[in-house]
Amino acid sequence: MEDFLYFFSFQDPNVLMVVIGISLLSISAAMVGTFTFLDKKALVGDAISHAVLPGVCLAFMFSGNKNPYWIVSGAFFTGALSTYVISWVARYTKLKEDTVIASVLSIFFGVGIVLMTQLQQTGNASLSGLDHFIFGNAISIVREDLWVYGALATCIIVVLLVFYKEFKVMVFNRSFAESIGLPVKRLDFVFNSLMVLAVVTGIQAIGVVLMAALLITPAAAAKFWTDRLSRLLFLAVLFSLISGISGAYISFSLPHMPTGPWVVVVLSIIAFLSFFFSTKKGILTRWVSRRKYQSKIHRDHILKALYQAEEHDKKGLPQKDIVDNFPGKVVKTHRTLRQLKKKGYITNDRELVALTSTGNSEAKRIVRLHRLWELYMTEYMNIAPDHVHESAEKFEHIITPELERQLDKSLNFPKEDPHQSIIPRDQNKP
Amino acid sequence: MSFDQNAFIIILTGSMIAISCGLLGAFLMLRKMAMTGDAISHAVLPGIVIAFLISGSRHGLTMVIGAGLVGLIATACIEYLTQKVKLQSDASIGITFTSLFAIGIILITFLANQIDLDQDCVLYGEIAYVPIDLWITKAGTIMGPRTTYLAVINLVLAIAFVSLFYKELKLSTFDPEFAATIGLSTAGVNYGLMGMVSYTTVSSFEAVGAILVVALLVVPPATAFLWTKNLKKLLTVTAILGVLISFLGYYLAYLLNSSIAGAMASVAGVFFFVSVTLNRHQIPRIKSKMRRLREEMA
Repeated sequence: MEDFLYFFSFQDPNVLMVVIGISLLSISAAMVGTFTFLDKKALVGDAISHAVLPGVCLAFMFSGNKNPYWIVSGAFFTGALSTYVISWVARYTKLKEDTVIASVLSIFFGVGIVLMTQLQQTGNASLSGLDHFIFGNAISIVREDLWVYGALATCIIVVLLVFYKEFKVMVFNRSFAESIGLPVKRLDFVFNSLMVLAVVTGIQAIGVVLMAALLITPAAAAKFWTDRLSRLLFLAVLFSLISGISGAYISFSLPHMPTGPWVVVVLSIIAFLSFFFSTKKGILTRWVSRRKYQSKIHRDHILKALYQAEEHDKKGLPQKDIVDNFPGKVVKTHRTLRQLKKKGYITNDRELVALTSTGNSEAKRIVRLHRLWELYMTEYMNIAPDHVHESAEKFEHIITPELERQLDKSLNFPKEDPHQSIIPRDQNKP
Repeated sequence: MSFDQNAFIIILTGSMIAISCGLLGAFLMLRKMAMTGDAISHAVLPGIVIAFLISGSRHGLTMVIGAGLVGLIATACIEYLTQKVKLQSDASIGITFTSLFAIGIILITFLANQIDLDQDCVLYGEIAYVPIDLWITKAGTIMGPRTTYLAVINLVLAIAFVSLFYKELKLSTFDPEFAATIGLSTAGVNYGLMGMVSYTTVSSFEAVGAILVVALLVVPPATAFLWTKNLKKLLTVTAILGVLISFLGYYLAYLLNSSIAGAMASVAGVFFFVSVTLNRHQIPRIKSKMRRLREEMA
């Protein structure tokens, strides 16, 4: 708790600096990542983040210390080289893109490891910070680093906002962008540079191995809450900020903890929660609505069976018959019957189930939709009358009142369906 | 140069690992699952750490089972995210492996003083220590380097897997629909392959590290693919490349005084880029041939 207050009251200027740095980089990475995610280039981000390692090591070799300017330039150089190499190999050979990405990624990383181990052999004392670039340590950010990384991140954010419309068009419809005369190739170049820069700004705080997650995960999580690009960007930035700051806090309060993995873990938790519990497209929401739909179908079928019994001049059906009608769904049928009784659609008297007047008009509606659709299929689509039942079985549950009116009108308020059954209508309604 | 026993053992072990990885990696590449292989190699890390914690040793069955299990979980997770959650496949791969890898690193840091496993080992392995790490029986006889035995077992299993299921692998790779029609379990073949990849990753983990396994899985088959279209030849060229990479990688590392695994990946890179340069006219040549054919038709 003490740690918590100390950290979030920002009395320590170092803490403030770390928080500002990590916030800026989270924002820029999430924004760039949203576009790469939509462009389905998420794994190129992974390749870039591995490929900056040799650049970082080369910068160390030339400058001899942890000078942020050198590191950023070196990282940018090999990162950009890797995207160039990927597109070059993909263009001139028959290798699939994912194979090319995996190859380039591992080769660059291997070269980086060679350089790094060589540097470690030389035993230069200022190299102790080198492994921070692999798993990240936000706490090691000093004022000079903040200036460089912060300026870069701000730069990325500004450029993205300036070219917002152009990138939007490009991501969603490339050929349209070309046809309205946007300089697609140049924009591609700008965007690839932004992607490399976004990775480069993250290497000190998050580390090269996990930087890919900051590009991919926020956008993927946000996609489950909205489809609008502006909201998508906002949510991605929000998720990324939350995890960035909590990651920094955790690595601050637990000594020797690298920041990157914690940021990624928090981010992944947010993502998985979104996948499951999003009110829009989450697994749980989809499951619930599927269950609801299935029970509606079942309810409709029972009502229909009762109505057809009435058509054959029966008062109702014995409960046992209804249950036997739906083999394998005994519990479900009993439950649906109870619900229907509670809603006043049926009476369930001594094992004889019968429709009430409200139930009757609801059942009529379903049967009417079924028969209207059958008629529509035969009249307008020229499908044989004995082939239309299957489709009507599906459509009777989903035709809306508006659609029903339209069907009725275009069929000129018919009386009979193709099988000469009467299309039932309520007397009081036209 | 006189015969150096340590060098011989390292190169031998490296070659065997490279061959096992390459044989399985060839199928990964052909099934367009190269990045899944990358994901598995990152994702086995938490499995390794947990198994290490339970068994207290870096060797043995617990480790293989633990990590193999996590590898399969990662594969299942990717499939689940893509098919059920309906996330695009590149994002499913990215999210799965980064989260599992992050958990692995956190576990390692938490347990740093309890287990003899550090971040460096995760990154680039310790193939240089293979000759020192000896397998000593209870009776005290020295049986030779332990990792080499693991590599032999791995190689035998990988070759057995590929040759026993050659037809199934080939069929489900090139024509999954036909394979399903004649009653082949494509999901079974898929999980079998992924299980073998996880096992190979774990077993080579100590020697070459989690990330550079990818270099051995993907790069030799990709290089071979540029030279041949025949599956049997592809596998042969991949195996030969594996041996060359291990041999030249060792001497490059010796020369530069650096990590052997990293040097092996770099040598693989040289082979790859040279092949790409020599074959870079493949696509333009095909295109011009097509154009000529079309003109003749017209």
